[in-house]
Amino acid sequence: MERVVVSMQDPDQGVKMRSQRLLVTVIPHAVTGSDVVQWLTQKFCISGEEAQHLGAVLVQHGYIYPLRDPRSLVLRPDETPYRFQTPYFWTSTLWPAAELDYAIYLAKKNIRKQGTLVDYEKESYDRLHTKINHAWDLVLMQAREQLRAAKQRRKGDRLVIACQEQTYWLVNRPPPGAPSVLEQSPGRGSCAASHVHMTKRADFYKQEIEYCRRALGRTRVKSSVCLEAYLSFCSQRGLHDPLVSGCLPSNPWISDNDAYWVMNAPTVVAPTKLRVERWGFSFRELLEDPVGRAHFMDFLGKEFSGENLSFWEACEELRYGAQAQVPTLVDAVYQQFLAPGAARWVNIDSRTMERTLEGLRQPHRYVLDDAQLHIYMLMKKDSYPRFLKSDMYKGLLAEAGIPLETKKRVFPFSRRPRHSSPSPALLPTPVEPTAAGGPGGGDGVA
Amino acid sequence: MCDQTFLANVFGSCDKCFKQRALRPVFKKSQQLSYCSTCAEIHQVAERVEALGQFVMKTRRTLKGHGNKVLCMDWCKDKRRIVSSSQDGKVIVWDSFTTNKEHAVTMPCTWVMACAYAPSGCAIACGGLDNKCSVYPLTFDKNENMAAKKKSVAMHTNYLSACSFTNSDMQILTASGDGTCALWDVESGQLLQSFHGHGADVLCLDLAPSETGNTFVSGGCDKKAMVWDMRSGQCVQAFETHESDINSVRYYPSGDAFASGSDDATCRLYDLRADREVAIYSKESIIFGASSVDFSLSGRLLFAGYNDYTINVWDVLKGSRVSILFGHENRVSTLRVSPDGTAFCSGSWDHTLRVWA
Repeated sequence: MERVVVSMQDPDQGVKMRSQRLLVTVIPHAVTGSDVVQWLTQKFCISGEEAQHLGAVLVQHGYIYPLRDPRSLVLRPDETPYRFQTPYFWTSTLWPAAELDYAIYLAKKNIRKQGTLVDYEKESYDRLHTKINHAWDLVLMQAREQLRAAKQRRKGDRLVIACQEQTYWLVNRPPPGAPSVLEQSPGRGSCAASHVHMTKRADFYKQEIEYCRRALGRTRVKSSVCLEAYLSFCSQRGLHDPLVSGCLPSNPWISDNDAYWVMNAPTVVAPTKLRVERWGFSFRELLEDPVGRAHFMDFLGKEFSGENLSFWEACEELRYGAQAQVPTLVDAVYQQFLAPGAARWVNIDSRTMERTLEGLRQPHRYVLDDAQLHIYMLMKKDSYPRFLKSDMYKGLLAEAGIPLETKKRVFPFSRRPRHSSPSPALLPTPVEPTAAGGPGGGDGVA
Repeated sequence: MCDQTFLANVFGSCDKCFKQRALRPVFKKSQQLSYCSTCAEIHQVAERVEALGQFVMKTRRTLKGHGNKVLCMDWCKDKRRIVSSSQDGKVIVWDSFTTNKEHAVTMPCTWVMACAYAPSGCAIACGGLDNKCSVYPLTFDKNENMAAKKKSVAMHTNYLSACSFTNSDMQILTASGDGTCALWDVESGQLLQSFHGHGADVLCLDLAPSETGNTFVSGGCDKKAMVWDMRSGQCVQAFETHESDINSVRYYPSGDAFASGSDDATCRLYDLRADREVAIYSKESIIFGASSVDFSLSGRLLFAGYNDYTINVWDVLKGSRVSILFGHENRVSTLRVSPDGTAFCSGSWDHTLRVWA
């Protein structure tokens, strides 16, 4: 922020400064609100609204203060005069605003003109009076001294200094109800090494060496190739992105009509055309969509390789399941898919099978990872392309319809009642036949 | 790694990112500029992409009900429900389409900085200054007190900054101010894996959308973004080009890259296969830090919420800003795109959440 303010004060390229007349005194080096906004617009090539916002934020943080109405820190884009705050008072100096200084300031105000303290200021004054009662004489003395010294300056300077101080205290002790710009999230300030035990022991260095070795050995792709990949990804998905190309029948948030969600519900009988197209983008898309997965399962059934998908689903359940269920799940998977002569034996190559059986002696969550990956790649490279070329998929694509766009309503004020949908927490957990043969995937909700 | 070696005659400050690098000439609207190799590459891509149309996004719903700063929010998979948490310890579940509140829980601590919705929609997790992550199963039974069924899952030695369920309701990944991330089993509260390597507080994390689903990225106060392997607990890659704390990280929808937003007022895109930063999203007029970032469904748009109360929308491929959204009256603390990409929700310190579309 300082950078911006300093460049604003630059005599050649900064904001135009003029002397302003305020009542009867002349204040030098003042700028008008509209000048500030205009300068910001030009310098940063931004819109007027944004410049107004940026200017307002600068005023809120106390870098620019208004001369005429110093009680509220807002930027008015007109002829209201403003001045730049002295660096002494900048918030970034992180000079803590001490209670004693605040007491002196309030005492000065009180002495100068009785009764100009606003309610919250009066409250603070009383509170401080009780708190630092012992030093109260010092406070009053300081206040009187400062007032006396100020009387010896010109009226213009006095006004300026008074405004500066007032702004500083408005920022540091905001009136109740106004948001304080100095608030921070807790905890972050000290990223001290107190809780980080990065002691430079041999272990730490060994880890670093290992990490660097792995980093050197890793294959990297040319960044131009990666950027190409983003380009093709974005253009492929562009039509499917509601925020980029809109959605049919209509965006529920704009039209208050949840038909879009009804049509694209997770388990719907007739998926839309866009949805069916998405299944062709990647294997992951197909598996993530419950309808797609069901159709793929049918297709595999026809090819007598349905156990592959079931095995994969069982492994996923194991990987993300509860820790306590790991041994039982592993056992169930073994019995059903891997044991010789099992009901739904999966075809894994012998090396992977050996490694898996070896690992089954000490079953843990990731013991079936190798086998799962092998089966996944098998489905991806073999069954998936066939599915996409199959008549079944082509039929689905042809059947799927494109929803009609709902016409925009003529009267924008008639709002359709927004229907609430049943919460997923209320729905009974769906019971699907899983590998373990038990009830639905251990969702753990009664 | 620079993939195109070129003869550099000029060495100086790049016209786009102002870093001191070896420069190449680049022609933009028949004007010659000098870009460093990173900016030149993204410029080449930008040339081939057609510009997006005019963007009109407005606040479609305003959710009022929190009595204090909103710190975090998450969407449910049903695309309309959200959970949000605030400074005074309240965690509220809303149906944001109808703006009705469905559940409310009061946590025993203040500054609830992390909250997450379970994939099944049946539970929520939240945590903050109490150093713990608690899971509450959602129930509609009027007689039951939600706080009674609370399950305390994670235990850290400093505040909880982020949490997220993995693919199921039974595992939670957490990030904490003590510099570590951890993977927990919800049922038993057991620690499954811990991830050490950050030199300071970890502020954010995101799970990779990849098929083998094994990695996640975390960003912290040590300006590093690190990618971890969930199975071994090792750090796979680390990126350190930011100049200040990284407040938010989010994966690109394809899983090959991620974006990060930081207090240095920039958002950067890092590619995992090329192992480097490939784009910087910054503007001279943006002087406040980015607190939260998220991608749209196709990855073409990057939404970033800033501490100067605005939300900037960036075009990821062109590297330029598409539009700026005003509306909040205090800093934007959290921003998430809905699961089907129809809208995004932002939460702010002005006690409200807004849904934009």
